[in-house]
Amino acid sequence: MNAVIKTVMQRLGLGLITLFAVSIIIFSAVAMLPGDFAQAILGQAATPETVAAFDKQIGLDRPPVERYLHWIGGVLQGDFGDSFSSEGSLGGGHARTVISLIAPRLGNTLFLAGFAAIIAVPLSLGLGMLAALYRNSIFDRLINIVTLTSISVPEFFVAYILMLFLAVRWEVFYSLATVGPDTPLLERVSRCALPAMTLILVIVAHMMRMTRASIINLLASPYIETARLKGVSPSRIILRHALPNAWAPIATVIAVNLAYLVVGVVVVEVVFVYPGIGQLMVNSVSARDVPVVQACAMIFAVTYILLNLLADIVAIVTNPRLLHRR
Amino acid sequence: MSAEPEQAGGTMPTVDALAPATTADAVALPRRRTALQSAWRLLKTAPPTAWFGMLVLGAYFIVSIFAPLIAPYGEADIVGDQFAPWSSQFVFGTDQLGRDMLSRLIFGARNTIGIAVLTTAVSFSIGGTLGMLAAVLGGWVDQVLARLVDVLMAIPQLIFALVLLVIFGPSITNLILIIAVLDSTRVFRLTRAVAMNVVVQDFVEAARLQGEKIAWIMGREILPNILPPLVAEFGLRFCFVFLTIAALSFLGLGIQPPTADWGSMVRENSTLINYGDITPLLPAGAIALLTVAVNFVVDWFLHKTSGLKE
Repeated sequence: MNAVIKTVMQRLGLGLITLFAVSIIIFSAVAMLPGDFAQAILGQAATPETVAAFDKQIGLDRPPVERYLHWIGGVLQGDFGDSFSSEGSLGGGHARTVISLIAPRLGNTLFLAGFAAIIAVPLSLGLGMLAALYRNSIFDRLINIVTLTSISVPEFFVAYILMLFLAVRWEVFYSLATVGPDTPLLERVSRCALPAMTLILVIVAHMMRMTRASIINLLASPYIETARLKGVSPSRIILRHALPNAWAPIATVIAVNLAYLVVGVVVVEVVFVYPGIGQLMVNSVSARDVPVVQACAMIFAVTYILLNLLADIVAIVTNPRLLHRR
Repeated sequence: MSAEPEQAGGTMPTVDALAPATTADAVALPRRRTALQSAWRLLKTAPPTAWFGMLVLGAYFIVSIFAPLIAPYGEADIVGDQFAPWSSQFVFGTDQLGRDMLSRLIFGARNTIGIAVLTTAVSFSIGGTLGMLAAVLGGWVDQVLARLVDVLMAIPQLIFALVLLVIFGPSITNLILIIAVLDSTRVFRLTRAVAMNVVVQDFVEAARLQGEKIAWIMGREILPNILPPLVAEFGLRFCFVFLTIAALSFLGLGIQPPTADWGSMVRENSTLINYGDITPLLPAGAIALLTVAVNFVVDWFLHKTSGLKE
């Protein structure tokens, strides 16, 4: 048991170091800004005084280490600073905080991603196992071609095809996923149907292929062969021999794909005009609103790292070689 | 036995072996096939999906090379009304500014594929060089590079690209450099992993003792031996880079107008979807078809080289 705790602690420490390094990289975004950035944001008419005031406001007059500590301290308390582009921030007036822009949208994004994940995870694990058990059958080959095709097409292609057929040609679903803070749950689900469906189609293909590959890999290992040859019943092989070793690959498959969902959500939100943080991030990149982009990137990166960390920990904790140490 | 690693570095002696077809040697040994013959033999075993992929790739290649000859109108010429329907004059109608859709699709092949190929090439030169360097030098160089790559890979690529684009601003050069650097992390990992197996072999040691320079060891001793996995990876990385650039262009942050590019064409004409028009799906379909084709070919290539029977 000690070995497990030790490995988990090591992995957690590594995760913390990664998070620290990533926060430095995202933070340095401001330090790497070209010198004329204030000019670009404020427009050609800005006087040297306004430029200096702006530099002071985003803290460019202080040393980087101090700025980083200030920034990360704020981030840990949920304060990402002020948005550049909101009105009033330029003249030194009252600026909108980044957190007030992000908070309502983060909920929307989590809802969409969660909605897609709840359907996609069981579906793809089931299909992947079926394809692995009946490998090289017609079913398997068909699924192979279909999934290979759907992982190689861009998300917006899938999205527009669904929109064209399910919202425009046949008006089954809403073509735009406009939801407000007080939209009731049922309507929210039906408005999110198309974006969720797009995400599900893309991620099921990925997840299924990975599940299939890891199960095939597992069933081909010598100890399964031995168990089969000594006459163990198929259900016992699956439950007692294969499953304990299968948790790790399955957890990895799920985590990798949920992490993939985090990125896929950006494009899908833009297509369906869904008010989530992916769309906010894209708009902020166009407006060169650095604090908002930093905050969004930080949220996406942290989610991504935590999911991978979680998968690694599940893999360590369920590893029979570590659990039953001699 | 000892001749085997050396020979992989040089050229295969196919031509000499083929010329005297009726000598005693040729009777004893089965006759060597020319490169063309063995390529044909290999192609005959290719599954239909791989054939489909190769045909599509060939067609795209021809279209992008001869774009100005094939396209009925210029790349950015305004030739008709906005959003004109499909007709004999404009095969796929016109776009939001009245430019011919078919012509822009054809020029788009050149721009979109060209930029993606260039980006992948840059990514491979960076990642491949650093990967081999890490394998050859080892020690702290290897450690520093590997840790750096770990951190870079901990951030989703599209998100990282967005952060870099907000700093440097969207332009084609920035786009190519940003995506290439981010993508080179994966190339680095693969190159380092496969090069590690080669570095420990005797012929590399011999070259080292001979006092060869690092560039020679990397280029002449290691590179030829790690080429097959890198070629397959090039196909996969190309798909990934191509899709990332298409996604960024679609988001309005990649290739900027008036350059014809499939990703931004989808975005510019996407309103037509609401009227049940499939025109915006054409550039999206062109992207999809290309990546599917590359994937089919790479899938077969991997199956072939890995010897997987499954």
